[in-house]
Amino acid sequence: MAVTRRAYEQELRALNQDILLMGSMIEEAVHLAIEALARQDVDLAKEIIEDDKRVDDLELAIEDRCLKLLALQQPLAGDLRMIATAIWVITDLERMGDHAVNISEIAVRIGNQPLIKPLIDIPRMAGITEGMIKGCLDAFVARDPELARKTCRTDDQVDKIYEDLFDELMGFIVNSPDTRTSTQAANLLFVARFLERVADHATNIGERVIYMVTGLRESY
Amino acid sequence: MIARPVVTVATHATETRPGGARRAPQPQPTAAAPSKIETSALNLFYGSFRALKDISISIDEHRITALIGPSGCGKSTFLRTLNRMNDIIPGVRIEGNVIIDGQDIYGPGIDLVELRKRVGMVFQRPNPFPMSVFDNVAYGPRIHGLATKGTLPDIVERSLRAAALWDEVKDRLNDSALGLSGGQQQRLCIARVLAVEPEVLLMDEPCSALDPISTAKIEDLMIDLKRDYTIVIVTHNMQQAGRVSDKTGFFLSGELIEYGETRDIFERPRDRRTEDYITGRFG
Repeated sequence: MAVTRRAYEQELRALNQDILLMGSMIEEAVHLAIEALARQDVDLAKEIIEDDKRVDDLELAIEDRCLKLLALQQPLAGDLRMIATAIWVITDLERMGDHAVNISEIAVRIGNQPLIKPLIDIPRMAGITEGMIKGCLDAFVARDPELARKTCRTDDQVDKIYEDLFDELMGFIVNSPDTRTSTQAANLLFVARFLERVADHATNIGERVIYMVTGLRESY
Repeated sequence: MIARPVVTVATHATETRPGGARRAPQPQPTAAAPSKIETSALNLFYGSFRALKDISISIDEHRITALIGPSGCGKSTFLRTLNRMNDIIPGVRIEGNVIIDGQDIYGPGIDLVELRKRVGMVFQRPNPFPMSVFDNVAYGPRIHGLATKGTLPDIVERSLRAAALWDEVKDRLNDSALGLSGGQQQRLCIARVLAVEPEVLLMDEPCSALDPISTAKIEDLMIDLKRDYTIVIVTHNMQQAGRVSDKTGFFLSGELIEYGETRDIFERPRDRRTEDYITGRFG
């Protein structure tokens, strides 16, 4: 049977590519933001903040592509689910990008002050979160609901580390001998919170992918 | 201050999640409606060509059922089996049953005139008779002798109102129907069918010759009419099927491939062939 609607197919493929591009930009931004924080690299942090504009531009371009497809092609069934998913996913990705910026801003703020503690849990939390971003994007590419579910379930690990970090950093804030320590502890607590939110957005994307592939909603 | 009921809105799952999958709300099918028409193992042959293959379907009362599929798939042929319009085509043979309100319409003792009064049909192109607007609508009640139930002008007015045409033609009832616009002519044809008080309305691409405004009027009309009638519509316009119908059946090569709630067919069809057709990937 001949394949029809070639131009439409091309548009859908381009949409897919754009989402992957945006996803990889976010993956990199989150990774580098934590690196900037851990290495106390203020220049890198400023670069990430600057680069977020590209993410925002791409989000608008993708949104525009989706609206055009909806307006002109009247997508249905799997196509409709894919385009709806695209609109949801880019919103989550954009928020993740904002959190990478938030973390970078904290890296700038901390600058080269001595750290109040060696950063161990935050990079570990970031590693799991980055794995979730990669997992949900791979699930999107492969149209793999099982991988999406697995990725969503990983969120529990991130939540657990966040809770532990919360207790630890609150200890610093409450018992700190000086404001520099308590301020930095508060900043690091925010970093943990931003990472936890990034993982939540990755979970959202995983749920969207499940809907895109199966047509059914699952919530994690 | 006006007291408002407290509405609890489940927060969307973007907040910190305490882990564990929650059941997300799944789309609920609309409440089951009683069946008006049932076919079982319905086969239709044009000579040796089998145009319908074992069609078994249950069509809900007071619902709009859309039949979609590529040209030649059998959907119009199927529609015509529901009031035995195929009987007039030479060489047609039918096997299986078509049950309307518990009665097999291919069974013995069926009065075809009575059947087609109960199961009316609106065609692709409006086909008003070359007579006045009034006489077009009065035609059916006159030959069926329904005029005794009320005065003929009452029946004509009621039918034209039901077809959302009354306001546009009430001052020109004696003008020729051929002077009406295409959209008005099609609503006149619907009024003509309604005038004989049918139970089922079959519509074979009723909007394909109409502009978008006239199409919108017919679609609004269909949604109003389903309160009193069971409607089955054949359409090539996927958006129309989506807009008006409660259930949709997809036909391909004489088979009913998939049949279900319209929302499901258009959002998450189960069969690959349905998906290929409604997304336009079908050569």
